[in-house]
Amino acid sequence: MNKKIAKKSNIRILDGNQAAALGAKLSRVQVIAAYPITPQSPVTEKLSEFVERGELDAQYIAVESEHSALAVCVSASMVGARTFTATSAHGLAYMHEMLHWAAGARLPLVMACVNRAMGAPWNILNDQQDSISQRDTGWIQIYARNNQEIIDSVIQAYKIAESIYVPVMVCYDGFILSHTEMPVDIPAQEDVDKFLPPYKPHTVLDPANPRNYNLVTLANPRVNSEGVLCHGYMELRYLLQEALQNSKETMIKVGQEFGQLFGRNYANMCWEHRLDDADVVIVAMGSLAMEATVAADMLRKAGHKVGVLGLRVFRPFPKTEVVKVLKNSCLVVVFDKNISYGLEGATCSEIKAALYGSPVRAAIRNFIVGLGGRDIKARELVDAVNRSLLSMKEGDLNKESPEWICDI
Amino acid sequence: MKVTAANLTEKEYLLPGNRTCPGCALALAYRHILKALEGQVIVTVPPSCLTVLHGMYPVTSVAIPCVNTPFASTAASASGLVAGLKALGKRGLTVLAIAGDGGTHDIGLQALSAAAERQTDFIYICYDNEAYMNTGNQRSGSTPLGAISGTTPILGKQQNQKDITAIMEAHNIPYIATANASHPLDLYEKVKKARAIQGTRFIHVFIPCPPGWGFSFKDTIKIGKLATETGWVILYEIENGVFRLTAASQSIAQRGSLKSLREYIQGQGRFKNITEEQIAELQRWVDARWKRCMARAGNSYSE
Repeated sequence: MNKKIAKKSNIRILDGNQAAALGAKLSRVQVIAAYPITPQSPVTEKLSEFVERGELDAQYIAVESEHSALAVCVSASMVGARTFTATSAHGLAYMHEMLHWAAGARLPLVMACVNRAMGAPWNILNDQQDSISQRDTGWIQIYARNNQEIIDSVIQAYKIAESIYVPVMVCYDGFILSHTEMPVDIPAQEDVDKFLPPYKPHTVLDPANPRNYNLVTLANPRVNSEGVLCHGYMELRYLLQEALQNSKETMIKVGQEFGQLFGRNYANMCWEHRLDDADVVIVAMGSLAMEATVAADMLRKAGHKVGVLGLRVFRPFPKTEVVKVLKNSCLVVVFDKNISYGLEGATCSEIKAALYGSPVRAAIRNFIVGLGGRDIKARELVDAVNRSLLSMKEGDLNKESPEWICDI
Repeated sequence: MKVTAANLTEKEYLLPGNRTCPGCALALAYRHILKALEGQVIVTVPPSCLTVLHGMYPVTSVAIPCVNTPFASTAASASGLVAGLKALGKRGLTVLAIAGDGGTHDIGLQALSAAAERQTDFIYICYDNEAYMNTGNQRSGSTPLGAISGTTPILGKQQNQKDITAIMEAHNIPYIATANASHPLDLYEKVKKARAIQGTRFIHVFIPCPPGWGFSFKDTIKIGKLATETGWVILYEIENGVFRLTAASQSIAQRGSLKSLREYIQGQGRFKNITEEQIAELQRWVDARWKRCMARAGNSYSE
């Protein structure tokens, strides 16, 4: 812990939704647009309460849909307002078009995504299928492992987004975090103000300097009325990819600054648990990765050298960090609370892709767990690792398909 | 002072060299809309013929600030602009959402209804060319009974259009008006009036479309005027619940006779397969609506 913490701690018992709402409030958001959906609804209620009590000087727009929620945020952001929205599952899916639009327009929106399963059939409980399904929309995705990380990530998200003009999604597990109370150290407003400067928009919506944003753009560069060659659609897409690729540097810098001011360092893309001498590494995201630390400790007691790699950031995907962390591993067990139908869990694919061309030659196992809120216990993770170790010893380096921890 | 073509604001916000089809009534309407707002506006527009008019990056044919927004989101985008301006304490700018009939009657209706219910402080203009013209003329919720379109190619549309203005009136908004590109000064005055009012203001503008409707581009004004003369379009405004006929519709009401709808229908290729029964049904629809408007125009003060 850094000793130069600006303010003494202010620890309260908060659930994840309260932490997200407080994070937005401390970031002094100016326009909030949201539509209720389980398990995100308390975020919308809390923020409305802040606004109605006069504790937060913001416009709260109670829209009729998530599509409109994000459309409000996009246009308000273009005018120059800092915006916030929150959603889950079907709400996020309904935003899909606007997710692309926000990133394409290079607007620094921040949203909380309370991870929930997608229908059909209806299910309101947790998995990560919703946000994983949106991974190619050009948003940065951060996955919080506890409520402290939710509030801290929301505040950092604004600084990241507004530095590089890329929107950020802060994801956290529905119910497991959203409705579970735990101690959270709430940053002081004056410190957040020091950390987070006011938002400077890249757009000018002024009749004295009229400009037309996001109109039809051809694939090839084209000259403007002054004869200057301007980017085509393809160049604009390249720049978005470049921004995402380079965003790691900004995220680490912002995480470091946050650590210096608040004593909680986020200068990393992923976090580690007992990895130093580990030859078996469990990989997971969000609260599942916390569960995995319990499993790793149990496996350690049984004599295995097991550690955990917790993916904090999914986009941009931390390829070099993953390779570095996994360099001494002989077995990597990836637990996914999502499934890319017809292939495997999304994080497993990403890990495999990251390892391509690297010297790491570990066996990789993928387990699909916890879909639709299916309970997953540390001992089940332990069993999965033991099974993987056994099959590896039998010379089985690879498995064609992911294994499911369920009753089929 | 009464606005005439001679004393209209000289400043142009719609610049020469835009990409509309010849004889496009939207260009005419939009020119007058922007003049009425004197450029003190932020426009939000979904994909539509207006997007084409606005040009392609990095060149645009308008001298006003504008954001483009996805199809379903026009009124939500306007809500975001209004909220952002309010949050930043910026005053004096009108937020104008302008969308076609597909973007209003169909895909944009949910967001529009919600923005009106929230009494969002903006002007919404629906420019209605009675089909998805930007994508090449497919039927919309505003396409008339009997009209041929890309998706009603042989039999013509089997249902009549929905009354979007009545839908908007049910939202209890302070200003609602209908207009017709062929009566540009009436449109100009309505936009000017709307500009001075707070809350959600809705203006429906009738936009004759030469290629979509199958008439010669030199006849745009003629077809538009015929629409008013036959009662297909009725020019009115509803200000705080008070109904008033305007311009040509007011004169017709005073003179007391509409031309036969057949005159309007027969000049357009889109109605080439319309049946006699359909014409009669449309005529009944026009007559009933005209009767209602006449009654309202006479009675609304005494109610």
